[in-house]
Amino acid sequence: MNESRRTVMRRGLAAAAITSLGMPLQTLAAWPEKAFKAKSMDEALKALLGSVEATPGDIIIKTPSIAENGAVVPVSVTSNIANTESIAILAVNNPQPLVASFDLAESDAYVSTRIKMAKTSRLVALVKTDARLYSNTVEVKVTIGGCGG
Amino acid sequence: MANSMKVRAKTDGEITTVKVLVSHPMETGTRKNSNTGELIPAHYIQEFKARANGKTVFKGNVGAGISKNPYFAFKFKGASSGDTITLSWLDNKGASDSMQAKIK
Repeated sequence: MNESRRTVMRRGLAAAAITSLGMPLQTLAAWPEKAFKAKSMDEALKALLGSVEATPGDIIIKTPSIAENGAVVPVSVTSNIANTESIAILAVNNPQPLVASFDLAESDAYVSTRIKMAKTSRLVALVKTDARLYSNTVEVKVTIGGCGG
Repeated sequence: MANSMKVRAKTDGEITTVKVLVSHPMETGTRKNSNTGELIPAHYIQEFKARANGKTVFKGNVGAGISKNPYFAFKFKGASSGDTITLSWLDNKGASDSMQAKIK
């Protein structure tokens, strides 16, 4: 459990750094709370990556076009863009659109997971390279929402 | 929270594919208890990490938008059969778990 203690320490330090500078830091060490709590995609992207400008890129999103159960929507993202550093997944119509951001600097430009979708929505995959942002979008139709109770 | 993860890590000699299933409620904090009408507090994993051979090979910052009992799959290079991969997660309540698995 040393690992978690270290993570907590690192978080504390990152938080201290942010407060002392009085501006958000783009640190990978801390969980980007602002980006995850954002209520719109633009807000989330600004908080996460500092920009909303993304060009369409060669990103393959594998997901069903009709998801029967919004609580579990399988998504795989493969980026064919050189120097992919991270992949972020956003469900535009979710109350909090940012679902996850994966740091892939040391791994292949691929990630697969399962997400919740509140309703039919565009699903956006955003790839960050060392130079710029790329995105691709697919539409996923949801028959039963996954965020309600 | 021991054994909250199931891991399958396999290498074909070049690329190692890792599939992880974590047992976690992933509560968004907006769901209501259907009996009492009270909000169920948010409880979700925020960080998921994998380390192999002294390097962080995969890291995810995730939100409550990830499904209950999260599944993650990723691929990386540079590990060989028999190497150890360490997986860990941390949630918004400060709970965490980590485990090691052998790459096949």
